[in-house]
Amino acid sequence: MRLKGKIIKYGDNINTDEIIPAVYLVSVDPEKLAEHCMEAIDKDFVRKVKSSPIMVAGKNFGCGSSREHAPLALKGAGVKCVVASSFARIFFRNAINIGLLIVESKECVEKSLEEDILEIDTEKGVIKNITRGTFFSSAKYPEFIQRLIEMGGIDSWVKERI
Amino acid sequence: MQMTISEKILAAHSEKNKVKPGEFIIANVDLAFANDITAPLAIEKFKKWQAKRIFDEEKIVLIPDHFTPNKDVMAAEQCSLMRKFAREYGVKNYFEVGRCGIEHIFLPEQGFSIPGELIIGADSHTCTHGALGAFACGVGSTDIAAVMATGKIWLKVPSSIKFVYTGKLPPWSVAKDLILYTIGDIGVDGASYMTMEFSGPVISQMSMAGRLTMCNMAVEAGAKNGIIAADEMTINYLRKRTNKPYQLYKTDAGATFVEVREYNVEKIEPQIACPHLPSKTKSVLEIGDIKIDEVVIGSCTNGHLEDLKLAATLLKGKKIHPELRAIVLPGTPQIYLEALKQGLIEIFIQAGCVVGPATCGPCLGGHMGILAEGEKAIATTNRNFIGRMGHPKSEVYLSNPAVAAASAIKGRIAHPEEVK
Repeated sequence: MRLKGKIIKYGDNINTDEIIPAVYLVSVDPEKLAEHCMEAIDKDFVRKVKSSPIMVAGKNFGCGSSREHAPLALKGAGVKCVVASSFARIFFRNAINIGLLIVESKECVEKSLEEDILEIDTEKGVIKNITRGTFFSSAKYPEFIQRLIEMGGIDSWVKERI
Repeated sequence: MQMTISEKILAAHSEKNKVKPGEFIIANVDLAFANDITAPLAIEKFKKWQAKRIFDEEKIVLIPDHFTPNKDVMAAEQCSLMRKFAREYGVKNYFEVGRCGIEHIFLPEQGFSIPGELIIGADSHTCTHGALGAFACGVGSTDIAAVMATGKIWLKVPSSIKFVYTGKLPPWSVAKDLILYTIGDIGVDGASYMTMEFSGPVISQMSMAGRLTMCNMAVEAGAKNGIIAADEMTINYLRKRTNKPYQLYKTDAGATFVEVREYNVEKIEPQIACPHLPSKTKSVLEIGDIKIDEVVIGSCTNGHLEDLKLAATLLKGKKIHPELRAIVLPGTPQIYLEALKQGLIEIFIQAGCVVGPATCGPCLGGHMGILAEGEKAIATTNRNFIGRMGHPKSEVYLSNPAVAAASAIKGRIAHPEEVK
């Protein structure tokens, strides 16, 4: 998969309470969830992400609760891909399962700034920072995960087993 | 090949003789559960896939504990959806308000959590159940939907860190302080994707409630699961709770750990995790003067009877500070009843606390004690992220129940010695 877009950037340990506060977990509608996405730390997130759909963040992205509403809210808000130095494990599973693209590249996170334009090629594992003319490699997924990503989530895997 | 308890359980559940860290397995699940926040999404997926039936009606638990008793109309709709699904698909273990408690206290209490089993929950604190020698880890709603439909889950076999605790804890320091200290030491991603295996003489002598508290917070260090080898204490705990046969696994002498961390606990004073990360820990002796608006004693971390007893020893015959409110939430109806019989509830009410039902409520900023802008709380809960208990400009400090009770009396974060 290849995609290109402008960056919106945050720090380390962005947790699920920040991505979507628990008080809003009374809905499973991605668009409703999206209205409150990231509001505790960035009131303008929903507006900004429309023109900057690539979210870049530091280590341990998505730590905290198991709420799948977190990747759903990001997806609903229009996030096309999250690039982080590392991901917390339940968020990682949830994103893969529901088909939110996530890419791990510490180098890209450290050397890219807000509003830079990235071009991400998940098959080659290469990220190009078009603004700066730099290239970074992203962590390669194990075969099993790669297959789930290619299937756009876990749906087909489950359907084969029902 | 020498294996850890976790590896042995995962091998047994994926029909293999051995598994290695990093390996992907498809595992058979013994117990899977979801709550009123995570179940609705799982149900949506289950129906979207047109799954005809639940793989095993006995092995699924639906437990409305987060926003219950229903905090508003939308929460009520989520619970209603869950209730109808349980009836329609014959889920045997749906527990209604008044007959259910906070999942990670209620399920062990009722004998659902068994040594050697693979337990999967759509709640991050599912790692709690590892205290009984099970492999237990939190996942999302889609994963639980997949388990409901197939009985199976994909897992990556984690590598393990061994934590060994020796020595005698100072007075007023308990399991909560050990786990906060450990998270403070290794950081919120210090055990990312890994197993935290807790061991040593301190753990051997620790009560089951304490062990549950330790394993409960493994996820706050990023761990996949926390685990403690089942022993005599576990067997005694299970005696009145289950007739189900279970398997006791031990870690082999030559099993591989990426790291072994040893702690002498003698100088671990009660710990405070300061805003806004569970790893920002300090000894209560170093905390300084922090005025508090609200105290919460409860949650899946510290809503056990033993926690209430500890708080009550300090609150007995005293009044809480006039400028704060204190909320006590026993973890299950059975704990509530036992606390009532033992006079603890009277102690709390006489002191000026409000005693509420078993609910996750305020811990995740749901209801029953939300914080206003600028307010500070000390809570026996597990997370203190920005906005966790209410307004984005409120603050949460995490502690053990004795420190929370002492702070309730003093109106500021206090060492239990100050009010003893």
